Amino acid sequence: MDEISALFHGFSVILTPMNMVLMLVGIVLGVLIGVLPGLGGANGVAILLPLTFTMSPTSAIIMLSCIYWGALFGGAITSILFNIPGEPWSVATTFDGYPMAQQGRAGQALTAAFTSSFIGAFVAVVMITFLAPLVAKFALKFGPPEYFAVYLLTFCSFVGMGKGSPFKILASMAIGFALAAVGMDTVTGQLRLTFGFPDLMRGFDFLIGVIGLFGIGEILLSMEEGLAFNGKSAKINPRVVLETWKTLPKYWITSIRSSLVGIWMGITPGGATPASFMSYGLAKKMSKDGAKFGTGQIEGVIAPETAAHAAGTSALLPMLALGIPGSPTAAVLLGGLLIWGLQPGPLLFVEQKDFVWGLIASMYLGNLVGLIVVLTTVPLFASILRIPFSIIAPVIVVICAIGAYTVHNAMLDIWFMLVFGVVGYLFKKLDYPLAPLVLALVLGDKAEDSFRQAMLVSQGELGILWSNPLVGTISTLAILLLLWPLISRLIARVRPPKRESFAEEQPVD
Amino acid sequence: MQDNETPGDTPRSGVATYVIEGVVAFAVLLLGIVVLQGSWKLGSRWTSDGPGSGYFPFYIGLILCIAGIGIFFQTVFGKNRNTEIFVDSEQLKRVLQVLVPAIVYVLVVQFVGLYVASAIYIAGFMILLGHYSPLKSILTAVIINVIFFLMFEVWFKVPLFKGSLDPLAFLGY
Repeated sequence: MDEISALFHGFSVILTPMNMVLMLVGIVLGVLIGVLPGLGGANGVAILLPLTFTMSPTSAIIMLSCIYWGALFGGAITSILFNIPGEPWSVATTFDGYPMAQQGRAGQALTAAFTSSFIGAFVAVVMITFLAPLVAKFALKFGPPEYFAVYLLTFCSFVGMGKGSPFKILASMAIGFALAAVGMDTVTGQLRLTFGFPDLMRGFDFLIGVIGLFGIGEILLSMEEGLAFNGKSAKINPRVVLETWKTLPKYWITSIRSSLVGIWMGITPGGATPASFMSYGLAKKMSKDGAKFGTGQIEGVIAPETAAHAAGTSALLPMLALGIPGSPTAAVLLGGLLIWGLQPGPLLFVEQKDFVWGLIASMYLGNLVGLIVVLTTVPLFASILRIPFSIIAPVIVVICAIGAYTVHNAMLDIWFMLVFGVVGYLFKKLDYPLAPLVLALVLGDKAEDSFRQAMLVSQGELGILWSNPLVGTISTLAILLLLWPLISRLIARVRPPKRESFAEEQPVD
Repeated sequence: MQDNETPGDTPRSGVATYVIEGVVAFAVLLLGIVVLQGSWKLGSRWTSDGPGSGYFPFYIGLILCIAGIGIFFQTVFGKNRNTEIFVDSEQLKRVLQVLVPAIVYVLVVQFVGLYVASAIYIAGFMILLGHYSPLKSILTAVIINVIFFLMFEVWFKVPLFKGSLDPLAFLGY
C-alpha cells in the first residue's frame, strides 16, 4: 500500500507545532467566515490568501484548507440557530435544523450536523487518498486535446447539470472566459482587449472577482432583505453530545448514501449546494419517517450536512489530480498553488510529494480538529451573530477591500471589486450562476492554451477532439451534457416526466 | 410599470424584473460584440504560425452574443416572464445605504490610505445608520483598525495601501 506509507509520510510533514497552530487559527477563522453573512468559503479564502504569501507552501495550504473546513462547519451554526443559511449549501440544513432548535433541541441538531459533516468529509478524504494518485497517474498520459476535452467537460457539465436557464449559465461562463482573456496573451505576447488602458495589462485577477461577486454582492443582498438576527440559544454540553452520538449509528444508511451523493457531485462540478438538496430529497424519499421531514427530524440534518461536506472535500480531487477545480473555493486554492509557484496537475504527485501528502494528511487532521473546535465553541460564534449588522457590514466591506488590495497591491483592484460586487448582486437576483464565471476566469488561460496547442497539432481540425477513444469519449460526454437541456426536453415530450419534489429548490452553485 | 399585488399592505412600486433581465441580457450582448470586435482586430483567424491571438476570444464573443440574445428572448418575450418587482424603493434605499458609502470609502482610501479611511468608514456607518453614540463608534472603529494594523503590518508583514497623503507615516511602517 504505497498510499498508506505516503500518507504517514504526510503526517510526519505536517506534525510540527507551527503547523498545528496554523491549523487551529485556520479553523477558527474559517468558522468565523462561515458564520458571518457576506463572507463565505470562496471569498474568505481569497481574502486570507495574501497572508500566506510569506509561508512555505505546505504551511500555507494547511491554513487555507483549514479555513475551508471551518467555513463548511460554520454554515451549519447559522442555519440551525438563526434559520439563516450562512452558505448556500446549508440551506437544506435549515429545513429540519431550525425546527429542532425551536423545540429546544439545538444542541442535538448541532452535534448531529457537525458529526455528520465530519463523517462526510472523512469518507471523501479516504476516497481522495486512494483515488487521487490513480487519477493523477492516468492523467500523466494526457496531451493538450485530452486536457481541453476535460475542460470542455467541466464547463459543459455546468450547463447539463445546472438548473435554470442554460443561456444564463453560458453567459456567466463566457463572461469569465472573456475577462480571463484580457491582458497579455501568453502565447504571442500581444496585448488583448485592453482598449489602450495600461492598467488592464495585468488582466482581471479572479481573486478580485471572487471577493467582489461573493463578498460585496452578498452584503448588498443581505442589506436588501433588511437582516435582523433572531437566534435560538445554543447550549452544548458533553452529555448532549454523547447522547446524540449514541443515536447517530441508527442512521448509517443515510450517512453512506449522502456521502456517496456528495462525492459524486463534488468530483463532477455539481458542487456542494445541489449535493445537499439532492441528499435531503433522497433521504426524505427513502426514510420511513419521510413524511415528518421538515418538522425537526435529525435525519434531515444528517443528510444535507454529510453530502455538503463530502462534496466540498471531493471537489479537491480534480484540483489536485488534474489541476481542474470542482468548486469556486477549490479554484481559489488552485490560484494559491500557482502563486506559491506550484504547478497543479498530475505532476504534483510526482514532484511535490511532501506538499500533496501533507495536504491530504491535513485534511484528516483538520477535520478532526475542526469537529472539536466547533463542538466546544458554538456559543461564542453564535454570539457573534448578535452583533448588529450596522457594525458587521462596514467591517466586512473593509475586509473585502483589504483582501482585494493585497492581491496585487493595486488600488484599481478595489474599484474592480466594487464593480464585481454590483454585478454579483444583479446576477444573484436574476439567477445567473456565479460558479461558472469564477471557474472560467481561473481556467480561461489554461483552457485556451490547451485548445491552441491541440489546434496546432491538428492544424485547425476540430476532429482532434475525437482522434482516439479516450479523448473521444470525454468530448462526446461533454457535448451530450451541453445539449442536455434540449435532450431532456425531447425526452419529456416523448414521455411525461416524473415529478421531482426537490427540483425547484435546486439552485446552481 | 404596473403595480403588483403583493401580500403586504403597502403596494410595492418599482421596475419589473423582466425589464432588468432584458437590460442585463442586452449588456451581455454588447459585451459579446465588444469582445468579437476586439478579437477580430487582433486576428481571430489562422495565421501563418497557428491560431492568432483573437482565435479563442472570438468564439467566446460569439457565445456571449448567442447567450445574450437567448436570455433576452427567454425573459422578455417568454411565456412566463417575471413581472414581479425587481427591487422596491425601500429595498433600493437599503442597498444604496451600503453601496454609496462603500464607493465614498474607496474614494477616501485613495487619499488617506486603508487604515484611516476604514476607521472613518466604520465609525461613520455606526453613527449614521446604526445610531450609536459617537464615542462608542469611534472607539470601536479605532480598535478594529489597530487590530488590522497589527495583523497585516506587524505579524504577517503585508503592507497595505497608505494613500497619497499617507497620514500614518509617523509610525514608520
